[in-house]
Amino acid sequence: MPSTTLFEKLWDEHVVASPEGEPTLLYIDLHLVHEVTSPQAFDGLRLNGRTVRRPDRTLATADHNVPTDPISTPVKDPVSRRQLEALEENCEEFGITVFPRGHENQGIVHIIGPELGVTQPGMTIVCGDSHTSTHGAFGALAFGIGTSEVEHVLATQTLPQQKAKSMSVTLKGKAPEGVSAKDIALAIVSRLGTGGGAGYVLEYRGDAIRELSMEGRMTICNMSIEAGARAGLVAVDEVTIDYLRGRPGVPQGIDFDEAAARWRRYVSDDDASFDNEVVIDARELTPYVTWGTNPAQVVALSGRVPSPDDYDDADEKAATARSLAYMDLTPGTPVRSIPVDVVFIGSCTNSRIEDLRAAAHVAQGHRVASGVRALVVPGSHRVKRQAEDEGLDQIFLSAGFEWREPGCSMCLGMNPDQLQPGQRSASTSNRNFEGRQGRGGRTHLVSPVVAAATAVKGRFATPEEVTS
Amino acid sequence: MKPVRVLEGRAVPLERSDVDTDQIIPSDWLKRVERTGFGRGLFSEWRDDPGFVLNDQRYVGASILIAGSRFGTGSSREHAVWALMDYGFEAIIAPSFGDIFRNNSSKQGLVIVQLPSSDVEELNALIREDSTRLVVVDVDDLRVEVPEAGWQRTFSLDPMIRERLLNGWDDIGLTMRRESAITTFERGHVSPTLTGVFDHEGHALAQ
Repeated sequence: MPSTTLFEKLWDEHVVASPEGEPTLLYIDLHLVHEVTSPQAFDGLRLNGRTVRRPDRTLATADHNVPTDPISTPVKDPVSRRQLEALEENCEEFGITVFPRGHENQGIVHIIGPELGVTQPGMTIVCGDSHTSTHGAFGALAFGIGTSEVEHVLATQTLPQQKAKSMSVTLKGKAPEGVSAKDIALAIVSRLGTGGGAGYVLEYRGDAIRELSMEGRMTICNMSIEAGARAGLVAVDEVTIDYLRGRPGVPQGIDFDEAAARWRRYVSDDDASFDNEVVIDARELTPYVTWGTNPAQVVALSGRVPSPDDYDDADEKAATARSLAYMDLTPGTPVRSIPVDVVFIGSCTNSRIEDLRAAAHVAQGHRVASGVRALVVPGSHRVKRQAEDEGLDQIFLSAGFEWREPGCSMCLGMNPDQLQPGQRSASTSNRNFEGRQGRGGRTHLVSPVVAAATAVKGRFATPEEVTS
Repeated sequence: MKPVRVLEGRAVPLERSDVDTDQIIPSDWLKRVERTGFGRGLFSEWRDDPGFVLNDQRYVGASILIAGSRFGTGSSREHAVWALMDYGFEAIIAPSFGDIFRNNSSKQGLVIVQLPSSDVEELNALIREDSTRLVVVDVDDLRVEVPEAGWQRTFSLDPMIRERLLNGWDDIGLTMRRESAITTFERGHVSPTLTGVFDHEGHALAQ
């Protein structure tokens, strides 16, 4: 048998039909649903008299739109409230398990899948959200889809798909102390560019990836889409298996060992070849900050804001000038001297327990700089409860951070957590697009520890500047 | 979906690269549960600017958008496609597109024409020179042209997407013809389900 990549194994195991001249029909093992990209899909089903083929492979949660105020506060915005109600009604009607706002299992869809153990190696997983790539950290083929495709999966549990090409992204060597998974992710996006991964499934490999926890690997896979790739993968190893053991969705006891033996197959063969290969030297990485309006516009925190003159390409020059104008930045400014108004620690990229621990460790015993608003939004109720059990909430609160209820929150500014026009944020989320966090808002993407240090200093800073 | 064979209309040059779906339709618009009415939200952060190209009287009523590289990257929101179509666009011409956006477009009948950037630049120049020039996008012949200027290029489309556009086929209906193949696959496929994981209120049965 020829050696195959992890992607090819996952693909081959899910081919329902590959009719001549048509896209392959791919089986979907798990469909995650949230309130924003599903109501029109459920409407489509009703309109055509169709049902949900596999409610037992469909799981829904409220996340994008939920306010992060105390759960006892009603949802004030009537349009948001209506959408949250529609999710519950649709799930009730079609027999789907749903975690509404305030439910013990509710949270950001890409946080809860893994933490409940319903995300497992070898699966195909889709969701009407581009950050579905997160689940690829488990050796699962996971990608974001649009609402028409949501409807298609609800009705048929399959998707017609063109097979993507494969790209290995190897992080060679060990990342230096102080470099987090988020910094690795930003380095990858910067290297590939926003379109470099288009048409590919990325497989992250190398020492610096193997050394990461599952949560760190999820952060990396999460941002695959920022490089244009619909999916990212990390091969299964003992870190994967240890993470899954004991979670509600996985088999228990001896059945778990059987499942684990099956999961260990989800790796690329040693001599498998990829359509494209990229190598990044992890030893050269450092904490990063985005300076512009797309996530490939990355600079070292120790560096300076670039200039349009740094680029030869006319398009790139113009795009840089436009980004700088929007961000209100002057070329040559040291990143460390840029003040921020808001710090956001949250999102499907960085709101897991390890993220919160790392940020709390930096914030402990310090105060958020005056004039800075700092929010911590745990990714799920489970993360929130665990953080509270560990006393992280008290560390954040006494340092002057807000400790809020779970949801997507300021990552995309659908709920009331938004930047005001002209405000500048340091954000642990994944997109620094114009207006993403609120109309006229200016977003800089950073890791959780940089976010915490920046909150304390009131300008971009690394943890050493706070703790020393 | 309505069948699409030949589109003919005026075009508008956007002349910006990296226009992500957040910029096509900001998240504030995503709270709606309807599928219509998104046209008002199209590029809404730019619409207040009198200098924005969609506010230029010469381009009012254009049905073809000429965009820059990497159009429609980012969020998977199909609302971006609904907004473009609700506003009146029937085709987007650009050097490259976000993968999910391209997929979403094909489901709604929004025609995606990918041309080399030099061709897109030539087309932009032709339209800037005379905004009344008609652009023809022929899905059957895979051709885009500005007949009045004698300018013509071919483009490629996934054969199945082309077929579906030409016939207005519903994807789900097409897949449902394979019902027996899906059932057969499910019988032989080993993969866990959510059965027994949660009770009827969504509480995890194993903690």
